[in-house]
Amino acid sequence: MIAKAQPPSGQRHSAGAQLILRVLQQFPPYRWTQARLLKWGVRGRTAVVAIPYFWLLLFFLIPFVIVLKIAFSETQIASPPYQPLFEWAGDKMLHIKLNLGNFMFLVEDNLYWKAYLNSMKVAFISTLLCLLVGYPLAYAIARANTTWRNILLMMVILPFWTSFLLRVYAWIGLLKNNGLINNFLMWLGIIDEPIVMLQTDFAIYVGIVYSYLPFMILPLYSNLEKMDLTLLEAAADLGSRPFKSFLTITLPLSMPGIVAGSMLVFIPAVGEFVIPALLGAPDSLMIGKVLWTEFFSNRDWPVASAVAIALLLLLVIPIVLLQRAQNAEARGAHR
Amino acid sequence: MSRRVPVFRLSVLVFGFAFLYVPILSLIFYSFNKSRLVTVWGGFSTEWYGKLFQNDQILNAAWLSLKIAAINATGAVILGTLAGLALARFGKFSGRTLFSGMTTAPLVMPEVITGLSLLVLFVAMEQIFGWPQGRGVTTITIAHMTLTMAYVTVIVQSRLSTLDDSLEEAAMDLGARPAKIFFLITLPIIAPALVSGWLLAFTISLDDLVIASFVSGPGSSTLPMVIFSKVRLGVSPDINALASIMVLLVTIGVVIAGILMQRQEKRRQRDMQMAATGK
Repeated sequence: MIAKAQPPSGQRHSAGAQLILRVLQQFPPYRWTQARLLKWGVRGRTAVVAIPYFWLLLFFLIPFVIVLKIAFSETQIASPPYQPLFEWAGDKMLHIKLNLGNFMFLVEDNLYWKAYLNSMKVAFISTLLCLLVGYPLAYAIARANTTWRNILLMMVILPFWTSFLLRVYAWIGLLKNNGLINNFLMWLGIIDEPIVMLQTDFAIYVGIVYSYLPFMILPLYSNLEKMDLTLLEAAADLGSRPFKSFLTITLPLSMPGIVAGSMLVFIPAVGEFVIPALLGAPDSLMIGKVLWTEFFSNRDWPVASAVAIALLLLLVIPIVLLQRAQNAEARGAHR
Repeated sequence: MSRRVPVFRLSVLVFGFAFLYVPILSLIFYSFNKSRLVTVWGGFSTEWYGKLFQNDQILNAAWLSLKIAAINATGAVILGTLAGLALARFGKFSGRTLFSGMTTAPLVMPEVITGLSLLVLFVAMEQIFGWPQGRGVTTITIAHMTLTMAYVTVIVQSRLSTLDDSLEEAAMDLGARPAKIFFLITLPIIAPALVSGWLLAFTISLDDLVIASFVSGPGSSTLPMVIFSKVRLGVSPDINALASIMVLLVTIGVVIAGILMQRQEKRRQRDMQMAATGK
């Protein structure tokens, strides 16, 4: 075979990259920084880890520590609206005012309990509905032929790229009393009066299922797609009916995909704010909405922080489940 | 397996995709509606598009959001590439568990918590260091970078772990310096992943309402914040027009990116084959 026919595209890319590197090296600050860093014993490798590490520590981990601190502080009318937790008294004594009042408030006030339970309920039902819609779809895509598979997969992802807010907004127009669905049903003569769908829990379920469907389909698809189909053929040869084969082979094998997809829907659904705010009833209690109201309307930062900490504790189990499912998938892929 | 598509699977696909696309199509359809009542058809008209382009509030917010999204995506790709490289190629280093935890946690964190925690950080930083002064574009960009770099990290890491590092090792054996290896070998290989990471970071930033609402200040309302405050009051046809334009742009972008990436992938595979078979 003659390899000279065409230069591999890699070379073209590297020519450009080489140029960039050369220009960069000519640049005095580059050399200066390099020399300085080498003098300090910092190698490129260390810098590669250190930069994102430092960023995440500063902007991801420390904020949580501060939230935790504020959750134990007392409210005050000032800016920022909470009292310091640690105070240096005059004689070098550290006073720590640990205030459990915010958490007591959460426990005592019925509103928060209801909001937590309701968020869990809504998230659970929506996840179940999402699985019921998503599983057959993922299955059908995974069993389509290769050309169609890529097109269908792209079509699943495409809505995900368009604005989430606008997709939720679209459902207002569909679910309203004089919206598309009611008009259509009345035109068909199935109903005489519009069904109230907007500002109900039903609307929230629809919104969550619609918005998070790609998160359910993608892990299920990647699981179902790599399944060994000869197992099904063997079962068929041994006289198993397709439905039974599905129940005894496909479904158990796709368990990691089901768990991963369900957790990817459940976790954000618990803390969801936009969907209940736009589609749900004004008095619908979802924890994300409660946190938002505490923060923006009541300006009660300590209680909002306590709500956030409690929400996080609630999500620990689902997050651990997700991690385990993803690890199981990764192991399966390497087998 | 049978070549015929069974009725069950076909109907699942039809209903599934109808569910996904009817809402979006209805948005576009009613954006050409003359009537102010969004769901009553009053004849074809493009007047809402005209009204949209006269609405300074929306246009300013859109411009602001695009700027933030572009800066954010660039920063997120740089940070995410470094993090992905470290996770995929550096083996064990001290603090790795915490690091990998921190890169994946933002993906599953409820937005309200991320927004709240970043806001209290910015407030505390302002008290202690006097920076950032007030909140606005800078704080929104930092917040979005923290969120979206996690996505880029995952993409880069998974791309790197599916590719074996023999090319990089060969270059190292031939005496190339690590920086050179990165720019000449690793970067061209992961370029498609970086492009999709950039696009994803851009879209997420452009789309974010919750985090931006927490960390923005007066005078820096992003497009989702303006849309949300309008939509809360009810349906309005110019939002439909805006939605249609966004859907159109995204569709064009995704299709072009898809074609380009497929072409790139094919070329790469051909190169690999040539390298493997051609002497």
